[in-house]
Amino acid sequence: MAKSFKSQKISSQIITNLILIIICLIWLVPIFGVLITSFRQSQDIFRSGWWTVFPHRADVEVGTIKLDDTVDTNGPITVEGVTASFEEWRQGIKLDDGRLLTWFGNRRTRTLTVTEKQWVGFSTNLTIKNYQDVIGGKTITFTDAAGNTITRQGNNLGGAFLNSLAVAIPGTIIPILIAAFAAFGFAWLDFPGRNILFTIIVALLVVPLQIALVPILQDYVKLGLNGTFLGIWLAHTGFGLPLATYLLFNYISSLSRELLEAAFIDGASNFTIFTQMILPLSVPALASFAIFQFLWLWNDYLVALIFLGEKNRVVTYALASIVGEKGQDWHLMTSAAFVSMVLPLLVFLLLQRYFVRGMLAGSVKG
Amino acid sequence: MLQTQDIKTGKTGLLGWFSTAIGQILISLFVPVMTFIVLWQGYLFLSKSQASQIVLVVVAIIWGVGGVALLYVVANWLVNKLPKRWAKVLQPFVFVGPAVAIMGWFLAIPVLRTLISSFRNALGNDWAGLNNYIFAFTDTRMLETFRNNLLWLVLGTSFSVGLGLIIAVLADRTKLEVLYKSIIFTPMAISFVGAGVIWKFIYTYKGEGFGIQEIGLLNAIVLAFGSQSQPWLAMPPWNNLFLIIIMVWLQTGYAMVVLSSAIKGVPAELLEAARIDGATEVKAFFNVTVPYIKGTLITVLTTVVIFSLKTFDVVRVMTGGNNGTNVIANEFYLQSFTYNHTGRASAIAIVLLIAVLPIIINNLREFNKGRKGF
Repeated sequence: MAKSFKSQKISSQIITNLILIIICLIWLVPIFGVLITSFRQSQDIFRSGWWTVFPHRADVEVGTIKLDDTVDTNGPITVEGVTASFEEWRQGIKLDDGRLLTWFGNRRTRTLTVTEKQWVGFSTNLTIKNYQDVIGGKTITFTDAAGNTITRQGNNLGGAFLNSLAVAIPGTIIPILIAAFAAFGFAWLDFPGRNILFTIIVALLVVPLQIALVPILQDYVKLGLNGTFLGIWLAHTGFGLPLATYLLFNYISSLSRELLEAAFIDGASNFTIFTQMILPLSVPALASFAIFQFLWLWNDYLVALIFLGEKNRVVTYALASIVGEKGQDWHLMTSAAFVSMVLPLLVFLLLQRYFVRGMLAGSVKG
Repeated sequence: MLQTQDIKTGKTGLLGWFSTAIGQILISLFVPVMTFIVLWQGYLFLSKSQASQIVLVVVAIIWGVGGVALLYVVANWLVNKLPKRWAKVLQPFVFVGPAVAIMGWFLAIPVLRTLISSFRNALGNDWAGLNNYIFAFTDTRMLETFRNNLLWLVLGTSFSVGLGLIIAVLADRTKLEVLYKSIIFTPMAISFVGAGVIWKFIYTYKGEGFGIQEIGLLNAIVLAFGSQSQPWLAMPPWNNLFLIIIMVWLQTGYAMVVLSSAIKGVPAELLEAARIDGATEVKAFFNVTVPYIKGTLITVLTTVVIFSLKTFDVVRVMTGGNNGTNVIANEFYLQSFTYNHTGRASAIAIVLLIAVLPIIINNLREFNKGRKGF
C-alpha cells in the first residue's frame, strides 16, 4: 500500500516534469531559432531551415552523370540500368543502392545529379558578419537566395543602441526622482488639495496613453520638442508618474512613523529628511521600480515612434524599420533583434529578484 | 560679548537691514536665473552640437538627471528664503508640485482636450457633432477592430492567465521550480517588436514550387506531418490567433509569477484538510486554492485585459493591421498619423478610455476602501 502510494507519487512527479519541460521547450525554441539564424550566412538562411545546422541525414550531392549525345532524350531514357521517361527522371528516381538520380535542368543538359543520404551538419558555416552589418552604419553587401550580390545601407544599430540608452537612463531616473518627492509629500506633509490630487493620480493609473498622444504632439510641435530627448523624457515621465508615485507612496507611507517624527523633532527640514532618510530607506522600492521602468522604456515602440521617430532612432524603431523595409533579409532581422534584446535580457536575468518584487508590489493593488 | 553684538547690529541699523534684504532678493533672483541659463545652455548644446554621438548621449544623461535634481534643490532653497509662514505653506508644493504639473500636462488635461477634439473635424478647426463617434461605432473598419480586440481580450487573457496558473501550480510541485519559472518568465524582457521578429520567422512562408524549402518552423512541422504549408499571417480570421499567441508567449510569465507567489500563500493545513476529507487534487485546487487567490487572480486578469485592449506593437510590426488583423490602437495610429484625422483619432482614444473606465472606477473604490492613513 505504502509502496504503491510512493510509486504513484514518483510517476506523477515524472509527468509533471515532462509537461513543464515540453512547455519550456516551446517557450525557448523560438528564441533559439532566431539566435542560430543570426549567426548563419544569408544564402544559407534562404536555402534551409535553421534546424539543419544540427547533424541530420540529408541528400548530399556525390557526383553527376553525363549522358552521351547518342541518347534520345525524347523517348524512354535508360541510366544505370533503370529506364524511365524524362519527366520521371526530372522528379528523381531512387536506385536500389540508395542513390537518388535527378535530371538537372532541361533536356539539353543531359546531366543527372547523384545524391545520397548522408549524415551532415557537423561542420556548420557560422559567421558574425550579420552583426557587424547591422551594428555599423556603412554600406554592406551580401548574397541573396538567387546568388545575386545586394548592396544596402547598414542599419547603424549601434547608434540606435546609444540613443536607446540616452532615452532609457534619464527616462528611468527622472520620473523616479520626481515620484519619490511627490510620494513623500503625499505621505508625510499636509497641504490643501492633497486628498483630491491623490485620488486623481489613482484614477490616472490605467488611463491608456493614446488619450494623450495627439494633444501632446501638438504641444511638442509648437514648443520644438518633437524629436528631442527632452521631449521623450518628459513624455515617459508623464506616462510613468502615476504608477511610480502610487507605488512609492505605498512604500514611503509604510516607513516607521517614530523614526521620522524623531527627526522632525530634532528640527531637521523636510528636504533634509527626504534626502538623508527617505531616499536611502526607499532604495529597495526605487530599485524595483527602476528595473521595471527601464525595461518598459527600452522595449517601448509607440512613444518612440511618435515623439522621436527618424530623428533619434531607438533600437525598437530601428528594428521595426528593418522588418518593414527588408522583410526577407532574415540575417539582418534576426541579428538586429538580438542586438535589441541583449541589454534588457541581461538586466532582467541579473536583477530578476528585484523585478519580481516590484511587479508583486504593483499588482497587490494596482 | 553680548554688548558688542548689540552695538554691531545697532550700527548697521535700518540701512544695513535694507541692504541685506536687497542682497537677499538679488541672490534669490540670481540663483534661479543662473540655473535656468546653465540648463538652457545644456539644451542648446544637445540640440545643436555636432559632437560624437557617445559624447552627446553622456551629456544628455548628466544634463537630464542633474537638471531635475538641481531644480528641486533651487526650488527648496528659494522657498526657505521666504518668511517662515509662507515657506511652511509652499514647501509641500515643492515636493508634489512637479509631479502634479507633469501628470496634469501629460495625462489629466489631455483627457479633456481629446474629448473636445473628438467632437471636432479632421483638422480640428470646426465642430463635427457626433460624426467621429458615428464612424467609431459603425464603420466596418472599426467593427473589425472591435471584433479583433474582443478576440485578443478573450483568447489572449484566458490563455495567458490560464497557462500561467497551470504552470505555477505544476512548477510548485517540482524541484526545478526556479528553472522552469525563469524560462517561462524570460520573454517579459523582450520587446513586442523583438518578439514580432522572432515569431514572424516561425510563421514565414515561401510558397509552393519545385525545390522550395520552407525555412519557417511552423510550416516545416506542418510539411513533416504531410500537410500543406500555409501563409499563416495572411489567413483571416486565423491570423489573429497567430498574433495572439505572441502575446501569450510574452505575458504568461507575468501571470505565472504573480499567481505563483499567491499560491505559495495558501495555508498547507487548508489543503491537507481538504485532502483528508477525500478531495482529489483537482477538487482541492478549485475549492481551496482558487478561492484563496481570487483577489490576485482578479488583479492579474485586469492587468492582462488592459494589455490586450492597448495591443499595438505586435500588429503594427507583423501585419500593419492588414488582412483582417486591425486593432483599435492601430486604427488610432493610422487615423492620427497616417490619415491626419485628429477628430476620428480622438474619438477612438475616447473609446479606449471608456473600455477601461470600469477598471478605473474599481481602482478608485478599492483605494477609498483601503485608505486609513489619509
